[in-house]
Amino acid sequence: MAERQDHREVLLHAEDVVMQFGGLRAVDGFKLTLHQGELVGLIGPNGAGKTTCFNCLTGVYKPTSGRVLIRGIDTKPLKPYQISALGMTRTFQNIRLFREMNVIDNVIVAGLQHARHTDFDSIFRTPRHYVEEARLRERAMELLAIFDLKEKYDLKAGSLPYGDQRRLEIVRALATEPRMILLDEPAAGMNNKETEDLMHLISKIKRDFNLTVLLIEHDMRLVMGICERILVLDHGILIAEGTPSQIQNDPKVITAYLGAEEQA
Amino acid sequence: MTLTDRSARIRFLKSLLSPTLTILGMIGVGIALDIITNAYVQFVILLMIANTVMATSLNLVSGFTGQFSLGHAGFMAVGAYVSAWLAMHPALAGAPDLLKYLLLPIASGLAAAAAGYIVGLPSLRLRGDYLAIVTLGFGEIIRVVILNSPAIGGARGLYGIPSAMPLEEIGLSAFSTQFAISSAWCVITVFTLWRLVHSARGRAFLSVREDEIAAEAMGINVTQTKVRAFVISSFFAGVGGALFAHSVKYLNPATFTFTKSVDFIIMIVLGGMGSFSGSIIAAAVITILPEMVLRELQSITGVDLRMVIYSLLLILFMILRPSGILGTLEIPDLLKRFKRKAVQNG
Amino acid sequence: MESSSSQEFIQHLINGISLGSIYALIALGYTMVYGILQLINFAHSEVYMVGAFAAFYASRSLGLDQHPGVGALIVILAAAVAACSILGVTIERLAYRPLRKSPKLNILITAIGVSLLLQFSGQIIFGADPKLFPEVIKDVVLFEIGGVDVRSMDVTILVIGTLFMTGLHFLVHHTKMGTAMRAVSSNGGVAALMGINVDRVISFTFIIGSSLAGVGAVLVGLKYPKIDPLMGTLIGIKAFVAAVLGGIGSLPGAMLGGVLLGLCEEMVVAYFSSTYRDALAFGILILILLFKPAGLLGSLQREKV
Repeated sequence: MAERQDHREVLLHAEDVVMQFGGLRAVDGFKLTLHQGELVGLIGPNGAGKTTCFNCLTGVYKPTSGRVLIRGIDTKPLKPYQISALGMTRTFQNIRLFREMNVIDNVIVAGLQHARHTDFDSIFRTPRHYVEEARLRERAMELLAIFDLKEKYDLKAGSLPYGDQRRLEIVRALATEPRMILLDEPAAGMNNKETEDLMHLISKIKRDFNLTVLLIEHDMRLVMGICERILVLDHGILIAEGTPSQIQNDPKVITAYLGAEEQA
Repeated sequence: MTLTDRSARIRFLKSLLSPTLTILGMIGVGIALDIITNAYVQFVILLMIANTVMATSLNLVSGFTGQFSLGHAGFMAVGAYVSAWLAMHPALAGAPDLLKYLLLPIASGLAAAAAGYIVGLPSLRLRGDYLAIVTLGFGEIIRVVILNSPAIGGARGLYGIPSAMPLEEIGLSAFSTQFAISSAWCVITVFTLWRLVHSARGRAFLSVREDEIAAEAMGINVTQTKVRAFVISSFFAGVGGALFAHSVKYLNPATFTFTKSVDFIIMIVLGGMGSFSGSIIAAAVITILPEMVLRELQSITGVDLRMVIYSLLLILFMILRPSGILGTLEIPDLLKRFKRKAVQNG
Repeated sequence: MESSSSQEFIQHLINGISLGSIYALIALGYTMVYGILQLINFAHSEVYMVGAFAAFYASRSLGLDQHPGVGALIVILAAAVAACSILGVTIERLAYRPLRKSPKLNILITAIGVSLLLQFSGQIIFGADPKLFPEVIKDVVLFEIGGVDVRSMDVTILVIGTLFMTGLHFLVHHTKMGTAMRAVSSNGGVAALMGINVDRVISFTFIIGSSLAGVGAVLVGLKYPKIDPLMGTLIGIKAFVAAVLGGIGSLPGAMLGGVLLGLCEEMVVAYFSSTYRDALAFGILILILLFKPAGLLGSLQREKV
């Protein structure tokens, strides 16, 4: 465990989070502290409860017990959109784009919470409508350009190739202007080359946007290169936490995690 | 690239031009129709306009926001009765005539919007198909309440609803005056809904239709967005009701049954859920069809096949072409495509 | 004076329960289909209407109203059940199955379409004017307890209602098909992986649900002998409200909801006013959605089928 005292701002603090579905404890006693600027990996075999953790942190599920604080604010009474307004956003493992909408509209919608115009402005096409729409559009185009999606801005999101859809999910998440981004298996289904490019891109946006990243990955080798700290989840329980080298040599991880993978 | 305040102001002023011109054009169309058509055709045309308002407003909530409402006729009834009652109220007898009939739809719209808020707030938090049942129930409750309110005619109905006096000094007959009022409101409805949906804030409606969980995670207040769509849609259903009341001049609670709501659903399904152009075309066709074609058919076969044909169309469209005739396309999209093809070919 | 008002109350109680058990029979069809397909089967109320007409025509062609009695009742019940189950399974096969993978909204619209198609073709085929349902059971006072009349009609309704609901309970809990139904209802995908033929289970669910509607139709015909092609709309909505009240997807919920709704209606008509009788169901619906959207038994005892 990392004992080093960390003086950076605490963005996310989760303690003793339990998520119970009927008789199944999908997450049991999850705890995590994320500091400004960290890149942390959350790994574990399939069905370990990683996505359930994400859903608890982002308010999609209300944890059965435990606390989730974002920048010191208890998220228990908050709805997901309010949690998003606190500066935390996410992507989805099973891509959830607005498929029938244009690529750029997917991004614009995510930027809406920072727009200052109202329905009234848009109905009457007031000057403020034009100013704000132009700003949202410009910002969306900038983000799309970073991920090489600029040329495809007016295609339907659902018609994009798989890899583009995964990257569009990240663009859309960035448009909410987050301080913290939770990526749920962003490389799922990609080949080795694409995965490597994506990991570089994640490191790059983390620097450029001054982001804090929590990354779920099923394949532990992928995250070793870029994460500073890794948490390992198995059967809903945190079994290890530490630097990549600590994790790699942790016998509990090797038996539980790699053992499970060999079985699969 | 950033838009300057000056050019934004110029665009704002330009944006006022097209609806104004459309309304003026429609007044001209009204005068022309007055000359070339008979009273029966004129009646059908006024119905067509009211139905266009109804269909486009239902499309906002069902087509664009994905929330299925079965009570659109209920909101229409609220608007129709409010407008008729106010028009007949002695307190408003002294009000300038044209102004009164131009503004009555606002009162109707507000009343219907309030009803929409009361119905929508609890039910829009729940799963989608509950909304269908609650709105269906709401429509029925409205009908039962009207049925039991002698002050607005009860089961007998409300007769002799006045409409705007003809403006002979500027060459408008009774029909052209009502046509001008109706089409002005129809233009306002279509432009409002169109501009709302075709804006960043309007994209929020679509995002809710596409994926509520993702929309919420991207900072969209999903419940509030649905309620907004529902209230705006109800407002214009109320407006449509007002136009209907002063076009038909007679209201009966039996008009506003579930079947009436289904009429509007058929319009948006056939035209395409998520296409205003489709709704407008379908509203026109569905209004004319029973009057011109099905009436003939009925005189030959001796039975009323209207609803049988409609319901068959509904089922067949859902199975064979669920996106309707236009899908989510609009006429301008089609023109663009057409132009692009023409450029490619020549 | 006091005894007569309490006798009256018991009379209303009996009426309410007998009306309620009819609602319950129809509500079961909604709740079963909802449990298995998450679809509000709008056409269910028209299946019920066709059941009433099947019984009517069966009785007329066999001249059963001349020979009232339990035998005649069984024959028209069989006719209604047969017609309803064939119709129900046909609707599922032709209209719903092609849309199994479509958005839920499309299936819902189709269901409304089927409902309207049956209503209006019913008006053409059967005629729009009401028909008189055959009086196969004479409504007589069987016996009297403490000044309360126990009539043959209410006894028939209660006996038949209880019989079929018990039968359903047995079917769901003690047969292979019932187990399969419960499996599909709790998770269709997994059930298919376990080797359950989901299509067959769905067809079977429609057969059972529609049959119960047929039984309900005969009982309504006996109690309120005027039948017409639009008779399904109102009672259909009420039965649906009963299903929501009890907790949609829950079989005991549908029965409880049906009886409660029947009692509420009877009492409102008896002690308040009859004008709002038909709006009552919607009032209840809105209240339940506001305060307990899962319904009375929905979350506690989720016996979905």
